[in-house]
Amino acid sequence: MTREELQAMAQKEQEKRKAFSCRLLVCYSTPCISSGAEGVRKALVDAVKARNLDAEIDVTCTGCVGPCSRGPLVTVRRAGQEDVIYENVTPEFAVQILAKHALGNEVLTSNVLPKDLPFFAKQLKVVLANSASIDPESLESYVGAGGYTALLKVLEDMTPEQVVDEIKKSGLRGRGGGGFPTGLKWDLVRKAKGDKKYLVANGDEGDPGAYMDRTTMESDPFLVLEGMAIAAYAVGADQGFIYVRAEYPLAAERLRKAIKMAEKAEILGNHIFGSNFNFHIDIRFGAGAFVCGEETALLTSVMGRRGQPYPRPPFPANSGLWGCPTLINNVETFGNIAPIINRGGDWYAGIGTEKSKGTKIFALAGEINNTGLIEVPMGITLREVVFDIGGGIPKGAGFKAAQTGGPSGGCIPAAYLDTPIDYENLAALGSIMGSGGLVIMNDRSCMVDVARFFMDFCRDESCGKCVPCRVGTSQMLRILEKICNGSAVMDDLEKLQEMGKMVQDTSLCGLGFTSPNPVLSTLRYFREEYEAHIRERRCPVGVCQIKEVPLAELMKELPRRIREAAKS
Amino acid sequence: MSVITLTINGQEVSALSGATLLEACRQNGVDLPTLCHLDGLTPIGACRLCLVQVEGARRLMPACTTEAQDGMVVQTHTESLKEYRKMILEMLLSERNHICSVCVANGSCELRARCAELGVDHTRFEYRCPDMPAIDLTHERNGLDHNRCISCTRCIRACDQIEGAHTLDMQGRGVDSRIIIDMHQKWGGSTTCTKCGKCVNVCPTGTLFWKGSTVAEMEKDVGFVRWIKEGREKKQWSL
Repeated sequence: MTREELQAMAQKEQEKRKAFSCRLLVCYSTPCISSGAEGVRKALVDAVKARNLDAEIDVTCTGCVGPCSRGPLVTVRRAGQEDVIYENVTPEFAVQILAKHALGNEVLTSNVLPKDLPFFAKQLKVVLANSASIDPESLESYVGAGGYTALLKVLEDMTPEQVVDEIKKSGLRGRGGGGFPTGLKWDLVRKAKGDKKYLVANGDEGDPGAYMDRTTMESDPFLVLEGMAIAAYAVGADQGFIYVRAEYPLAAERLRKAIKMAEKAEILGNHIFGSNFNFHIDIRFGAGAFVCGEETALLTSVMGRRGQPYPRPPFPANSGLWGCPTLINNVETFGNIAPIINRGGDWYAGIGTEKSKGTKIFALAGEINNTGLIEVPMGITLREVVFDIGGGIPKGAGFKAAQTGGPSGGCIPAAYLDTPIDYENLAALGSIMGSGGLVIMNDRSCMVDVARFFMDFCRDESCGKCVPCRVGTSQMLRILEKICNGSAVMDDLEKLQEMGKMVQDTSLCGLGFTSPNPVLSTLRYFREEYEAHIRERRCPVGVCQIKEVPLAELMKELPRRIREAAKS
Repeated sequence: MSVITLTINGQEVSALSGATLLEACRQNGVDLPTLCHLDGLTPIGACRLCLVQVEGARRLMPACTTEAQDGMVVQTHTESLKEYRKMILEMLLSERNHICSVCVANGSCELRARCAELGVDHTRFEYRCPDMPAIDLTHERNGLDHNRCISCTRCIRACDQIEGAHTLDMQGRGVDSRIIIDMHQKWGGSTTCTKCGKCVNVCPTGTLFWKGSTVAEMEKDVGFVRWIKEGREKKQWSL
């Protein structure tokens, strides 16, 4: 493909869109599909066909719109008018939208998402900018929205050094959780010695309740591919891998289709845009191990070995896949690249706080009114996210804590709601930014039980290579279980703290050294709940079932329990 | 080969460039405890006993996998490191079913030797007492008892890297990791096992043992690993 062909494709796509009097955009990402978007799409397509409206009305499946709990979502877009989004759309209702709104230009009264919803007002979309309006399975759609101009610009006008400098200028930091400056990492790989270099996109998202990476891959796969190609040009790699969880079949399928289409259009593969730059991308599937989100474990898994981490140094930048310099970034990080190249590093650096630039995608989950996917500028306060964007806590309950960063993160209590969200602030509170999971808990959640849940997750996902993580998580879980069932003593709390510190300091990889975070942060902010479980043998919110056996019955109770245990 | 200078526990010492921190320590009379490490096998940094504090590093570093650098300042026996090492051993003792009084390796066990060296005479953690797969005695010469395994993978590495058979491997993850034979078969039916016995010799505990040996009868020899490796590198096989 040449510059002219790209422009022609974009123009043709834009004209095609203009020709329609009305466009119906059906959100077609996993959350909406699971609530019935497929039936909605089919009903609309059939109805359009039956009424012979193919030339007037366009039905397009798009990426994620955001308020996932309200799906299926249908957006009505008419030229010169503001978009109207309908929530909880059924196939029957979709036909009504078509008949009344699309054809009659009469906005329906029910199921309309309020226009002034703070959910959208406080967001700033960079990575997901096109997500809600383009068809993720169409290259034309992506190009029509300005896609691949960044890669073209890089190949025609910029040297690899200039690309790295632009990323450095933007202040972008790794979105997988660690927050390592992306430009610096690229520079390390670019300067690393080696004839062959690799590039890996980490899409092995495993935090409970988080789906930022999945949505990025599902909603805008070409954006990830373009970001990867720019990165490959900057560091001198010619082979890339996208590591996707096998539990994300839709994301993998869309990426696979996107790679095929891009290869056919010669914007991926050999001689991209007619230049001497070659870059190939293959997909690798993760077999469901959380630890494979850790970069060294992911690399061993890509090479077909048992997915276990290895000690760094050597860092992947010097010795990664098959001993070659390897650049590994999160898919969301790659999603930021094309916008930065298009609009300049200075523009990006203007968003966010002093040390954390740009925007971050969060998956809002738990006890909150608007669960869904949001993209916000760094530096927004937790209060704005929870109460404005998230719409507060349902059923009149109060806010208790926000859990960021998944099982590696910590719980942030209400007292810190006004802290601006960035890498440093979250770390200071004993949590991490993580990949962007944000689970909100109301005042009916027991924090000991929450800590137990996450510790159980870490124990289950520990790879078993190093002793502190393998045995430490198992021992910490035992103590937490004892606290939850009322059989712990105060000494156990000390042990828990001691072990948490030890596991943090001595584990081999990120999974191990962040796994005590949920326990340590809840111990820091909610110690009185732990003490109530132990001293008073009661759960303050009534989640944990503590049954006390009177001393007189203990001699009868014990043999019975032993028999039961022997049976099971 | 050039020589580098580094500071270990306040003392300036020299080491060959390319040496690991563990080698540098041991060559200079600083003893670091290890379990998963075995001279001649690829170091993996798994047991975390040889963790040291390197000035300027954000985290504690395993000495067995970290290359010694010129000018490095290293502390090997701070109070917290000593405490962590003890905790690691206590965790290992609590993980499976280590009962020395009925163990074939009583007396030759490296886990117990490390405990004795570091002053670990009990574990502060609750015994996990897990149910373990049955002892595999189907092999002609060797036995496998999962109760005593510390997942150091020395047997796996010796089988793969020294013998080249790769009969042994690891199954499962976390505390449920288990050594397996071939594709999880009985050892006796293995067609890849060469019956060389290297795995038994390198096993630090009584997990792998010679059949027929009873309590405290196991004797193990690990020196051959280095001998074979050096022989292969230098193509010299004199004793």
